[in-house]
Amino acid sequence: MSAQTGTSVQQQTVTPRHKHKSGKYIVGYLLSLVLTGISFSLALTHSMSFQPLIVVLVILAAFQIVVQLFFFMHVTESDGPAYHAMGLVLGLFFTFAIAFMSVWIMGFNSIVS
Amino acid sequence: MAVSETHLKQGAAMSELPLEYQTPNDSVKILGFWIFLATDMLLFGCLFATYLVLRTHTDGGPTAHQLFDVPGFTSETFILLTSSFTGGLATLSMRNGNKRAVISWMIVTILLGLSFIGFEAHEFATDVLAGATMQRSAFLSAFFTLVGTHGTHVSIGIVWMLLTMINVARRGLTPATSRKVFIVNLYWHFLDVVWVFIFTIVYLSGVVM
Repeated sequence: MSAQTGTSVQQQTVTPRHKHKSGKYIVGYLLSLVLTGISFSLALTHSMSFQPLIVVLVILAAFQIVVQLFFFMHVTESDGPAYHAMGLVLGLFFTFAIAFMSVWIMGFNSIVS
Repeated sequence: MAVSETHLKQGAAMSELPLEYQTPNDSVKILGFWIFLATDMLLFGCLFATYLVLRTHTDGGPTAHQLFDVPGFTSETFILLTSSFTGGLATLSMRNGNKRAVISWMIVTILLGLSFIGFEAHEFATDVLAGATMQRSAFLSAFFTLVGTHGTHVSIGIVWMLLTMINVARRGLTPATSRKVFIVNLYWHFLDVVWVFIFTIVYLSGVVM
């Protein structure tokens, strides 16, 4: 399939113009370790009651998504409009709609039955 | 896409974008892979919804609190977080045009992925030997389906990473192989994101309950 776009580009080994630094990756790794450490220590020391703990843990997990997307997955990069970001936002919306609405409606079912 | 053939010939425009975006063909494949990740997220959304609904339905069988092994899932978590970082370093080395470093970081990532799968297989085997099989209760069906689907994704990721590494070793860092390195790492980081939700919603809340 790649041959359609011109074999000259395909064959050559491209050398980059400028060096990319590892700083961003190290910061991302440290942030993910810190966020995980906070989650584990909050959960395993039983420092909070169940409901607020779950809310805090889900917020920490949301920060982990942000770290992965911006520090590792280069979500802001594309060769044109950021169509992939729109796809991701739509996917996230549907995912949380499915998960939360299922929990909500099935929880309601167990109350009335 | 926004990049045309003429766009490619403009050296100034090329330098702004990394190696894997330098042909329209490779850019559109990266876009397509992001769309796949959005749909894969929906698959996991459904499995998480099922788990959240069924997690208390233990039918007198083992509960999450009795079953989950804290040192086991803590090790799995730190192994997967580290493998996401080393995968990221493979992408970084690819952008710096360092083929040897790309291959080395991919080997490290594959080994970490294998040890993650090893921990998970050990955990599943321990559970099953203790009588906590998939058929025992609705909670266990949902648990093995969710965590097992993630484990399957990681296993596929390991094979995919190995094949991409061989591809880079044989052909060097061309725009096509760079795009493959970038995409396999997007997949790997995505699996790390899913695992963050598994350890939060399944393991940590299971232990606290």
